[in-house]
Amino acid sequence: MSRIQQRFAKLKDENRAAFVSFVMAGDPKPDTFAKLLKGLPAAGVDIIEVGMPFTDPMADGPAIQLAGQRAIAAGQTLKGTLDAIATFRKGDDETPIVLMGYYNPIFNHGVEAFLKDAKEAGVDGLIVVDLPPEEDAELCLPARAAGLDFIRLATPTTDEARLPAVLKNTSGFVYYVSITGITGAGSADTGAVEAAMARIKAKTDLPVVVGFGVKTPEQGAELAKVADGVVVGSAIIDTIAGRLDRKGGPKVGLIKNVTAFVKSLADAVHSARG
Amino acid sequence: MTVQDPNSFRTGPDEDGRFGQFGGRFVAETLMPLILDLEKAWDDAKTDRSFKTEMENLWRYYVGRPSPLYLASRLTEHLGGAKIYMKRDELNHTGAHKINNVLGQILLARRMGKTRIIAETGAGQHGVATATVCAKFGLKCVVFMGATDVERQKPNVFRMKLLGAEVVPVTSGRSTLKDAMNEALRDWVTNVEDTFYCIGTVAGPHPYPAMVRDFQSIIGWEAKSQIKHAEGRMPDVLIACIGGGSNAMGLFHPFLDEADVKMIGVEAGGKGVDTDEHAASLMGGRPGVLHGNRTYLLQDDDGQIVEAHSISAGLDYPGIGPEHAWLKEAERVEYVSIKDDEALEAFKLCCEMEGIIPALEPAHALAHVMKIAPTMDKKDVIVLNMCGRGDKDIFTVAEALGTEI
Repeated sequence: MSRIQQRFAKLKDENRAAFVSFVMAGDPKPDTFAKLLKGLPAAGVDIIEVGMPFTDPMADGPAIQLAGQRAIAAGQTLKGTLDAIATFRKGDDETPIVLMGYYNPIFNHGVEAFLKDAKEAGVDGLIVVDLPPEEDAELCLPARAAGLDFIRLATPTTDEARLPAVLKNTSGFVYYVSITGITGAGSADTGAVEAAMARIKAKTDLPVVVGFGVKTPEQGAELAKVADGVVVGSAIIDTIAGRLDRKGGPKVGLIKNVTAFVKSLADAVHSARG
Repeated sequence: MTVQDPNSFRTGPDEDGRFGQFGGRFVAETLMPLILDLEKAWDDAKTDRSFKTEMENLWRYYVGRPSPLYLASRLTEHLGGAKIYMKRDELNHTGAHKINNVLGQILLARRMGKTRIIAETGAGQHGVATATVCAKFGLKCVVFMGATDVERQKPNVFRMKLLGAEVVPVTSGRSTLKDAMNEALRDWVTNVEDTFYCIGTVAGPHPYPAMVRDFQSIIGWEAKSQIKHAEGRMPDVLIACIGGGSNAMGLFHPFLDEADVKMIGVEAGGKGVDTDEHAASLMGGRPGVLHGNRTYLLQDDDGQIVEAHSISAGLDYPGIGPEHAWLKEAERVEYVSIKDDEALEAFKLCCEMEGIIPALEPAHALAHVMKIAPTMDKKDVIVLNMCGRGDKDIFTVAEALGTEI
């Protein structure tokens, strides 16, 4: 069983939803990020999404755009991201790590080399925003062959006719984007998410997590009642952005602050099903 | 890499939207159903006689097509070689070739029942054309423009506002054309029901590169019949400037299977392709994926997109249409670059010799004509795409020449 499967099996036994956190690799500085990453499992994070910085993140809102820019300015590279994960893995062999980002840095690295390096670093899955099922031959199929999960986004515009194509080569879990929009915008309506969950679950046995527009522990708890997991990204990034000094470096207490916020989200998600 | 010579260069893209390895549909899932809808609507429209008739009427009575093919006789004499013809698309309503494509896309948007049009713009020419056609049809229009470009293209910003468009200055990323395109995509992903994204060049996810090319091909079809009439034969060389590449694709495409017609695409060399400041994606970039398609991109070692530079805001884009990337690898079209100062010289020469103030974009193409025409025979024929007029550029040129207006 993969780390992702093991994690969802454990959560199912405990009747808990997964709390999935998104952080941008190298934000605000590579060393701060490494410390932050290390502390996430203890704060209650079940699955960690690590953003790969890209200059042109066309599905992301301002929070994650700026996080990527900070990371790139601090010298973060794709290799640096994989190295940070390899270091994390030395202390944690259980928490699944999913890389999330855009295709160009991967294509530039070379697909085969990337899959090999990611696997060796201890990456479990990939979410690549600009690779829909129509482009499965690019990365999805080679990733599956290399033993990495390829987690697909399903969205409110993914209708019944299209859903099977979206689910076909998906593995690990399905990521339901709760709004039409960019990360950090809008707010998910629990009723609509519940309906979408039913629609997707009728067609797949994979766990379905929900993300985009989840900002508070209360929202997280609401969604944890209807989904297998809840993703929070921009709200965590905002907490980081709020603790930077004028030069963009971390103020004292940043990690403690962010970790406390992450813990409040994780606790809410974990206790939602009472 | 050289692509094997196909029987025809005019059949692409394939059903996956690929020109060889280039093109494709690299978009977020939210947009994928919208792009499939658009493809279907375009497939229906292009075989519909009434769609074509409506477009032809508008081209004729609203845009002023056909644009003349003009023999630039003083310039020809001055350069002392090949005969130089100019395809005068700068005489179109709104002053550039951009409106050919915008009209087609807006008619398509109306067919699809879309009520809100979004567009990205760099120099502002595509934004002005979009705002113009939206005004004509009473559609809401929102134009995304890098904050840097808003500052350096004030007259076009004012024009768009006069025409009723909302101009959104984009401050994300580095506040230029590529960021404006990111922001337009972010808007589209948010407003999926009522919004049509009118892309200004032969780039983006399939079907945009093919659709925009087809709308712009009117340039080449007209030129083909006009040069036959004027010279009784095909031209020897076609030349056009390339940012995203829509005016070049429009001129070249109808000629691609005329084996004896040589084609040259001129990229913006900025301060030189060997410096960090240029916009020559084909000459100085390598294949990557951005804005929905695989193509040549300016990028760093880690696959991050780098900023383009050109004196001409309309060429200031780090990518290029995927069909151009394919035509380069197939060696059907030759691609060269022209530097800022060479384009300025051509700009001045065109004003003085022909009484035509060209846009800085086609001034790049003209600068290359200045290099090759003198080496050619007097019987040879060059057709240059004069794709835009230079009114919008007088401030930039004045600054470059150290003159105060």
